[in-house]
Amino acid sequence: MWEKKPILFLLLATATILVGTIVTMVLPFAWVNTEHDRIETVTPYSALEQEGRDVYIREGCNNCHSQTIRPLVAEVLRYGEYSKSGEFVHDRPFLWGSKRTGPDLARIGGKYPDEWHYKHMDSPRAMVPKTNMPDYGWLTENSLDPDMIRRKMDVLDFPYTEDEIKALAGKNEMDAIVAYMQKLGTGIPWREAAATEIVGELENPFKGDAAAIAAGKAVYDANCAACHGDDLSGDIGPELTDMSAYDDAILYEIIYSGITDGGMPPFASLGSTKVWQLVNFLMYRE
Amino acid sequence: MEKPEYNYAVVRGFVNWSILWGLVAILVGVIAAIQMTNPELNFPPYFTFGRLRPLHTNAGLYGWGVGSIFAMFLYIVQRLCKVRLWSDKLATFQLWLFNITIIGAAVTLLLGYTTSKEYHELEWPLDIMVVVLWVAFAINIIMTIVKRKEEQMYISLWYMLASIVGVAILYLVNSAEVPVSLFKSYSAYAGTNDANVHWWFGHNAVAMAFTAPPLAMFYYFLPKTTGAPIFSHRLSIVAFWSLIFMYLWTGAHHLLWTPVPDWIQTLAMGFSVMLIAPSWGSVFNGYLSMNGQWHQMRENYLVKFLIVGITFYGLQTLQGPMQAIRTFSAFIHYTDWVPAHIHMGTMGWVSMIAFAGVYFLVPRIYGRELYSVPLANLHFWLILVGQLIWTISLWIAGVLQAGMWNAMNPDGSLTYTFMETMVEMYPFWWARTIGGVIFLIGVIVFIYNLIKTAKGGAPAPAAEGRA
Ligand code: HEC
Ligand code: HEC
Ligand code: HEM
Ligand code: HEM
Repeated sequence: MWEKKPILFLLLATATILVGTIVTMVLPFAWVNTEHDRIETVTPYSALEQEGRDVYIREGCNNCHSQTIRPLVAEVLRYGEYSKSGEFVHDRPFLWGSKRTGPDLARIGGKYPDEWHYKHMDSPRAMVPKTNMPDYGWLTENSLDPDMIRRKMDVLDFPYTEDEIKALAGKNEMDAIVAYMQKLGTGIPWREAAATEIVGELENPFKGDAAAIAAGKAVYDANCAACHGDDLSGDIGPELTDMSAYDDAILYEIIYSGITDGGMPPFASLGSTKVWQLVNFLMYRE
Repeated sequence: MEKPEYNYAVVRGFVNWSILWGLVAILVGVIAAIQMTNPELNFPPYFTFGRLRPLHTNAGLYGWGVGSIFAMFLYIVQRLCKVRLWSDKLATFQLWLFNITIIGAAVTLLLGYTTSKEYHELEWPLDIMVVVLWVAFAINIIMTIVKRKEEQMYISLWYMLASIVGVAILYLVNSAEVPVSLFKSYSAYAGTNDANVHWWFGHNAVAMAFTAPPLAMFYYFLPKTTGAPIFSHRLSIVAFWSLIFMYLWTGAHHLLWTPVPDWIQTLAMGFSVMLIAPSWGSVFNGYLSMNGQWHQMRENYLVKFLIVGITFYGLQTLQGPMQAIRTFSAFIHYTDWVPAHIHMGTMGWVSMIAFAGVYFLVPRIYGRELYSVPLANLHFWLILVGQLIWTISLWIAGVLQAGMWNAMNPDGSLTYTFMETMVEMYPFWWARTIGGVIFLIGVIVFIYNLIKTAKGGAPAPAAEGRA
């Protein structure tokens, strides 16, 4: 019977489609982004950050980078505290992504100093030789349009001050995207919570061992050279040629836990063996 | 002069243009693949990976995929209803609006005007064009069906109608946005809601645009080509209604382990697994219709395209539900495994069926027999081998990548840094490029064959009267 009546057929098909739609797409509005999800410390984007977000969208960074951390052991270890619904309430559109050609960026904010981002965006391969991320140095040539950004803030209904808009005048798109990077994932104070407490006595297991020093050099080249220089002479981070002010245990702690407010990322995820190798490389190389 | 019985001119238009956009998509796909191994080939601002990848997906899915669907639907609806299209003018309008929209999409995506939502990147002015385009198409198909001369609507027409309403609902809801300027808007939904709405759209766009329409073509072209009817009408009915019912529950399988509420994820997981049944209903129906006809696999190149196409559909609908299971998703989500899933679907299923459809239409729309069947066979082998190299290398890459991302030392630290895992991908990305180039050569052979046909193949006997 329905096989002979196209209009009836259309109505039946529509009704069939709507069942799952209503349950899994319409109803969730009652649960999501409600008071239940609200996180006090999560604030809207500033004018500069929002503009950076729009540059991120325009350049399609989401084609290579995701922005949600799943509650899985290795993932939390690699990227940080898993993502909460309340952290995204100001995101229009969402930028969770579906492919990690590059690392997740949900908690990139505060991981590196601004200077690192400027250098990395300008020329990713200068920092990370084998990366396939495109160069974005040309963003510095595009200055911002404060009037347009004010309009965006109005449409989004985000708070801003006239001074904040005025301050945009001399800035460019690179400043905006770096500001956006530094905002990501900082809505909750997760870094403090995640800082690993080192318990017990720290004993260097390889003291002066040549193999450990050689291994430490390789770990250094891959993870530290971009900031401290190939020859330890310093760049974004300080010179590391003279470690006489430290002992093994303190150095271990610096590398393991980082100096978060100083721009030195924690390297706990490397594991204690590699961190000890680094300590031996920095303290006891010839 | 009396009007010919059917409007084939507009079908020819859609076939030609969709192939052109397909060629563009594949070329851009190869360029994007090379950029992943050779980042120095990014030419900012317009030709960086971040802008070319959406151009590739839009040209592939909408230019080639939807373009060829328009062609096939406009043909099939006339034949199954035994009447000419309701409106020739509307169909011509649809053809030109389609081309303008695709060109507009290509230009705006390169300029960086994008909403960032995968498969719905186009900004609001283009959204409006897409809606007008779909309404024009819908009216023509529905009105042609309404004034049909054949009382019973054949299976293909069901899938067509479902696809027409399905796409309309999905696209409209997911388009809700607030413009700030001509080429910038903000989504009407925020954060987790936006994600949930979007993947409800995203997955069902696959259902309503890349499952239902190729099935409509398959159900039409297979019996036409083999001369044997579809095995079971009842099976088609059950498969159809359960397919369109179940698909809509599964969007959140793209969002497993994310902040989307758990119960939505669990429903998505359950329904995805259940989807195996209606999907394989069609696969079995196709296979069983071949009973006693299997020798045609050797003799008739068209049957080869159709049967290999439905086989990849079958594999796709086993792999998809597997990916929708939380534990498996935890492993492969975000990895290179997923592009391999996608390309088995787009290159192995949608494109295979669309190529078969074009070959079937050749004598009808060009009035000539195909220039060379051996070239069609060569085309078949090149796209099959190209696709297999593409997908198999990335499945391996995906598993390797997932394994390394999750590898942990006994002290609970990570075994590999991100870059240590990424550099392992390069050889597989190279293999992908090689597979892509083979596929591209296959498509060029196809186009060459069509041009030779149009320019001087043997006239097809009474092409007009052929059913
Ligand atoms: C072709 C893919 C690709 C695109 C497009 C891309 N990236 Fe990347 N990105 C990578 C890869 C790979 C890495 C890891 C290696 C490195 O640090 O360069 C990375 C790393 C990063 C990092 C450092 C992450 C960390 O934890 O160390 C940031 C920040 C970043 N990208 C930002 C961006 C921004 C902003 C854009 C858009 C303007 C962008 N990326 C576009 C591939 C990409
Ligand atoms: C993103 C850049 C960056 C990276 C990568 C980095 N560091 Fe640092 N590092 C810094 C900065 C900035 C400081 C200064 C912090 C402060 O004192 O406030 C620092 C400080 C240090 C110090 C203390 C030096 C002193 O004189 O006080 C040591 C030791 C150190 N880093 C070792 C390492 C090692 C080993 C690695 C690799 C595993 C590494 N760093 C990777 C940026 C970085
Ligand atoms: C029963 C049928 C299917 C199921 C249950 C299914 C399931 C899935 C799942 C779970 C994903 C997400 C993978 C991830 O990111 O972790 C996915 C992605 C995808 N699938 Fe399928 N699939 C099915 C059939 C198909 C078919 C027939 C096509 C046709 C081309 C297709 C095309 C895609 C595309 C394009 C994506 C990528 C979405 C993105 O950008 O992330 N799928 N599928
Ligand atoms: C020569 C053939 C092709 C090549 C070389 C190619 C290459 C690529 C590349 C490099 C990507 C990006 C993958 C990533 O980000 O990791 C991609 C993504 C994609 N391609 Fe293709 N492609 C080809 C054919 C096609 C065709 C014919 C279609 C559609 C009809 C298609 C649809 C897609 C889709 C939907 C995606 C998005 C994947 C995702 O979301 O992860 N591709 N392709």
